[in-house]
Amino acid sequence: MKRLIDPASAFPALISMAGVTLFTLLFLHAESQEAVLGLTLGAAIALLLLARFGWNARAAASFAGHSGAGNASVIIGVLVVVAVFYDQHFPLLMLASVLLYIVVCLGLNLQFGYAGVVNFAGAAFFGIGCYTAAVLTEHSALPHLLVVVAGGVMAAGIGSLLILPVLRTYGHYAALITIAFGILFRVFLEVNDALGGPQGMKLPGMEIFGWKLNDGLTFGDIEVSFYANYVLVALAMAAVAFMLVRRLERSWIGLNLDAVRLDETACAAFGIDVARWKITAFTLGNFLAGLAGAVYAMMTGFVAPNSFTFGDSLILVSIVILGGIGNPWGLTVATAIVLILPEKLQFIQEYRLLLYAGLVILILLFRPGGLMPRQVRNYFPGWKP
Amino acid sequence: MNQVLLACDGLSMRFGGLVALNALSLSVNEGEILGLIGPNGSGKTTFFNVITGIYQASAGRVDYRGQDLARLSAQEIYRAGVTRTFQRSRLCLPLSIFDNLMIGNHRRLNHGLWFNLMRRREFRRQFEQQYVQAQGLVRTFSQSLSERLFEPAASVNMIDRRRIEICRALISQPTLLLLDEPSAGMTHEETRELMDDILIVREHMPGLSIVIIEHEMNVIERITERCIVLNFGQKICEGPYAKIAADPQVQEAYLGTA
Ligand SMILES: Nc1ncnc2c1ncn2[C@@H]1O[C@H](COP(=O)(O)OP(=O)(O)O)[C@@H](O)[C@H]1O
Ligand SMILES: [Mg+2]
Repeated sequence: MKRLIDPASAFPALISMAGVTLFTLLFLHAESQEAVLGLTLGAAIALLLLARFGWNARAAASFAGHSGAGNASVIIGVLVVVAVFYDQHFPLLMLASVLLYIVVCLGLNLQFGYAGVVNFAGAAFFGIGCYTAAVLTEHSALPHLLVVVAGGVMAAGIGSLLILPVLRTYGHYAALITIAFGILFRVFLEVNDALGGPQGMKLPGMEIFGWKLNDGLTFGDIEVSFYANYVLVALAMAAVAFMLVRRLERSWIGLNLDAVRLDETACAAFGIDVARWKITAFTLGNFLAGLAGAVYAMMTGFVAPNSFTFGDSLILVSIVILGGIGNPWGLTVATAIVLILPEKLQFIQEYRLLLYAGLVILILLFRPGGLMPRQVRNYFPGWKP
Repeated sequence: MNQVLLACDGLSMRFGGLVALNALSLSVNEGEILGLIGPNGSGKTTFFNVITGIYQASAGRVDYRGQDLARLSAQEIYRAGVTRTFQRSRLCLPLSIFDNLMIGNHRRLNHGLWFNLMRRREFRRQFEQQYVQAQGLVRTFSQSLSERLFEPAASVNMIDRRRIEICRALISQPTLLLLDEPSAGMTHEETRELMDDILIVREHMPGLSIVIIEHEMNVIERITERCIVLNFGQKICEGPYAKIAADPQVQEAYLGTA
């Protein structure tokens, strides 16, 4: 078996992605709680067994050596899921949500995975994007693509209010400041009548160059769910954000961010501007969260304060820790697990915060690198000295 | 050879009531290797920290090529060509050896957002160029280490970590290199080797001045051209090793206790 498959070939990556896609289809299709639970446990056991036989490492090596084919296979996997569930709202809505949350988590990963700037207000910055979209679509005729950009700019801009306190304080204090901000944000929304108070606001569907995303396509008798449109938009966003974060990591800037996280004194001694890189990471991260928020709000057609609680921010942080701090692929997988699992396993719903808290503690204790630990920086995949 | 590169005048550093540097005046000449010795707690490391802007001097000035380092930030001082190693190793252990070296090379890299994200071909050229340089430098110290540049710094032993730290300080081709007990924890043989390697690198960097803090007296004797002895934050003696070793004040303060 080992000899048959060349570790450098693209096959392990492609086969793995085919397996993951098939599993996702089965999982989204499963209705009964028993089936969902069975699939969950089955997947966990299969992964452990595969790890035992060295398959996971081989797949990882294959992905690393063939990032083009690997990335393409992930995109194809998403498209296959869309094709199979083309007429069902729920799985497609979930898929689009996962893709948008990946964008948010990529931002958080920039902030605390690389630069070490903790942010316990991720949901608030996502919320700023949502509310920006709600206000702009109600009070202006701005094209929706610009509304989305405005969501990101607004989140980054409001985030800059926090920059001074975040830079001036260390560790726990910086964390406390972001927590306070997140809570303040929610209270502000609840008492602000112009923003709909506790009831929130409604939004129209997204429209890009005349393409109305809320109108599902029809081919003869076949009616495609309009959420398929949002999956495509979210997929494009996630792919671009992923690529940019990847490039950032694989550059001198990624190195600067890591250095800022690991040793500020060494940074000072070698001319690395700690404040500059913390601000860069914090701003870019919040920008991504706001961007995703604006699209999310137009997709769901509705925003309300209690979607942006401290608990939601904690879930975002736990996704990044669970996936593997600093590893974009890790957080991609973790986002899918953390978002989809409680939707399918209803009995988890009520306990999900408890469950994540437990998981994060276990991970930090026994596998601090997360499900997919980050590897040493590889500036150009496949590059050999 | 005797052009003054750095001259500090009345340099003081107080921590609350403790006077770590007491109106210290000394100079470093261009191209020389200066030994800085003195008993524990005499202010040697503090001197480095003040020169490199990690601490803000309480009083005094540090003239360096027409600038007063006491008024510059650590970043500006690094950009002016002053680099250092730390007494207690300060490598970023989870990062690769190459990454650690590039931290030291900061002032010679392009950090523009656009360049790093969008001009990947040019970035690659810069990256490959830097790799060749880094490998060449590390090879002077250890062939085997130079073949492991993309392994985490955490994966190599203490001696190799010292080497990486020295290379990190050398790679940007500084004018003034400050070494804080580079041989701590090494055997005599390893120390000898390390010092020889440093001398080899210096041959390729004409004009490089080195200030070295060292407890190992035979190292000081062998590689320094001049020594300065500190005690309680003050200079008590200065001259070639033979002279300071014979000085009764030095023997009392330092050598006598050894
Ligand atoms: N950050 C600091 N805060 C308070 N005291 C310090 C600090 N750094 C050094 N000192 C004190 O300054 C004196 C000189 O220390 P140091 O420069 O490390 O000595 P050496 O390197 O010669 O052994 C010591 O008494 C030390 O305790
Ligand atoms: Mg010392």
